[in-house]
Amino acid sequence: MTKKKRLVLRTTILTLLVLAIGFTVYMNIAGGRSDTAEVGKKAPDFVLKDLDGHEYRLSDYRGKGVFLNFWGTYCEPCKDEMPAMDRQYQIYKDQGVEILAVNVGEAELAIEKFINDYDLTFPVIVDESGDVQRAYGIFPLPATYLINSDGIIVDYITGRMDEADIQEYMERIKP
Amino acid sequence: MERVKCECGHVNPPGTILCEACGKILVESEKNKKILDMRYEGTARRSQTYNRTIIDKIWSFFSSVKVGVVLIVLALIASAIGTILPQEMNTTMTVTPEQFYADQYGWFGRIYYALGFHNLYQSTWYMLLIASIGVSLVICSIDRAVPLYKALKRQRVTRHNSFLKRQRFFNEGPADNIQAHLQTVKERMERHRYRVLEENGNIFAEKGRFSRWGPYVNHIGLIIVLIGAMLRSAPGMYVNEMLWIKEGETKAIPGTNQQYYLKNHEFIVEVYDESDGEVYQEALKNRGNIAKNYQTNVTLYKAEGEVLPGEKPRLEEVKSGEIRVNHPFRFDHYGLYQASYKLHEMSAMTFQLVKKETDEVIGTITIDLYNPEKKYDLGNGYAVEILYYFPDVEFKDGIPQTKSPNPNNPAFAFQIISPEHPEGERSIVAIQQTLEPLGENDYKLAFQSVDTVNYSGLMVRKDRTLGLIAIGGAIFLFGVILGSFWQHRRIWIKQDGETVLVSAHTNKNWYSFMKEIEIILEDTALPIPVDRGSGLEKAVNENKGVGANG
Repeated sequence: MTKKKRLVLRTTILTLLVLAIGFTVYMNIAGGRSDTAEVGKKAPDFVLKDLDGHEYRLSDYRGKGVFLNFWGTYCEPCKDEMPAMDRQYQIYKDQGVEILAVNVGEAELAIEKFINDYDLTFPVIVDESGDVQRAYGIFPLPATYLINSDGIIVDYITGRMDEADIQEYMERIKP
Repeated sequence: MERVKCECGHVNPPGTILCEACGKILVESEKNKKILDMRYEGTARRSQTYNRTIIDKIWSFFSSVKVGVVLIVLALIASAIGTILPQEMNTTMTVTPEQFYADQYGWFGRIYYALGFHNLYQSTWYMLLIASIGVSLVICSIDRAVPLYKALKRQRVTRHNSFLKRQRFFNEGPADNIQAHLQTVKERMERHRYRVLEENGNIFAEKGRFSRWGPYVNHIGLIIVLIGAMLRSAPGMYVNEMLWIKEGETKAIPGTNQQYYLKNHEFIVEVYDESDGEVYQEALKNRGNIAKNYQTNVTLYKAEGEVLPGEKPRLEEVKSGEIRVNHPFRFDHYGLYQASYKLHEMSAMTFQLVKKETDEVIGTITIDLYNPEKKYDLGNGYAVEILYYFPDVEFKDGIPQTKSPNPNNPAFAFQIISPEHPEGERSIVAIQQTLEPLGENDYKLAFQSVDTVNYSGLMVRKDRTLGLIAIGGAIFLFGVILGSFWQHRRIWIKQDGETVLVSAHTNKNWYSFMKEIEIILEDTALPIPVDRGSGLEKAVNENKGVGANG
């Protein structure tokens, strides 16, 4: 075997090995599955209903920024940030930013009381089956996805947000 | 380095220690050895002889067995560290993993999380470490198997004296009367299943060469297993999810892209009792309840068309069946396994509306704890309104709030409406606790009963790599068998003028080889080789290691 042939053979084998390993590592890190939410990728579409039975489909909001917030009545930071979210919603809804607040599937009664107590004006939809939470990999609460007007996930925020944070996020997804 | 031409005429690859054909020592330093290292037949491991390009350097790095051993030890240490704190998947947390490890284990937890030990198998560096072991395995094998194959193929009947004299089994004697005995020896060798070759009165007998391939066959098996493990991360190949489903519920099966839905009709726990016969009496007396069966009765549905998360699909029934421990429910490469359960979870509560003064029962209400109604009308001006519902109540500074959305410890704020109190009386009811914050009421809600529901915990598994891994495992074991139960045995008889040289070599099990040689050479004029193995024990042990484990 000539030296050149040997080099070609070795390069081929090493390349194959590197490709196989690269693929495996990529699939593991990126989660690999196309239906799971990931920053920089298209936000997985979903359909959820609010308490009155209105359907909300994420893809209908193409052209608008979507502040997709997941919450529960038992989550303390959620209670703190909801009023601030509502105030910012009043400012940004005319500038093309929509809030969709997804409840994690609690009893209707609890959700309704919460909406009334906090006087929420943005749409609150309920993920009863947990499918949307699974698709977005939600854990723990609160969790917020920022989705731009092209339907691409710009950022994923967990933990407490204050009003200044929320305002900054709204600016980022304003079309 | 240049190719080496041996005096026998064979041209060897650069770096060769023993001539592939005749076995003559080509490297000076080797001549000082009393007994040759025969592990790779003195072939040139090519990686050690070329180091010019970066590719050659990488190749020669992974070709080293030392590097391979270091990689394996590193993986062992990392895996051991991974058992010090619980892995992320085995913990239930209510905060982010980062927070969890910092809170629970302090600075150590912080480092543990930062380095990715909390989720070791998905850590990039750990995956790369395992992958490097795979690379080392491939390159080490190629680098040794190919030259060894060539050397064994090119060996000649007549070997150089320097080769024969440095074998572990060796003896020499006068060549006077051996001619008469050579034929007998050849026949005996053939009877012992040797392949016997003759050249100018010299004899070369060989058997079991294939056993030298055992370690490499074994490695091929390992590599196939690794490929199978890698394929698990390819889409559609592998699913491992948990599905908690309560009785009566229909849920999407995770990992199926909302294509399959499951309904849990009933979860059953059975224990052994008297009716199971005498045999169990004593065990039952000693141990009490002994589980006999855990079972979930289910129906599988397929969703029509593409279903978005959150969408209620139209379902088409596929089949119904039972899931018992070790008897999974199978469909479309998926298996549902009975893995866990929760019994007697509260699902509904029944209260009686009672007039305190007379103990008169006005009516009964049953509240669904997963979805309570706003108002329960009892007629004749009586009604119960739920103002607040706390599925998992805790009192913080006297104010009730819920810890979780699960009805573990439900509490209600009721407004009891009666003809006497059309505006209602306020009553807060929790388990074994009633508060009347706005003064003594005339009516109360007396707890009557609770309905419970059972949850079944099902493991959702799909693994299309199993076949490949099984093939890899079978090849692995085949390699072990090849290397363990057969030996590569060779006997050389060479006439050199007035003397005859008898040498022999095997890769393991020297003692039984010697017994075989003694039988073959018994009552002939040929000298029986002497085992000069002491002092070379190390090399012998290494040979065994290679054969047995690769």
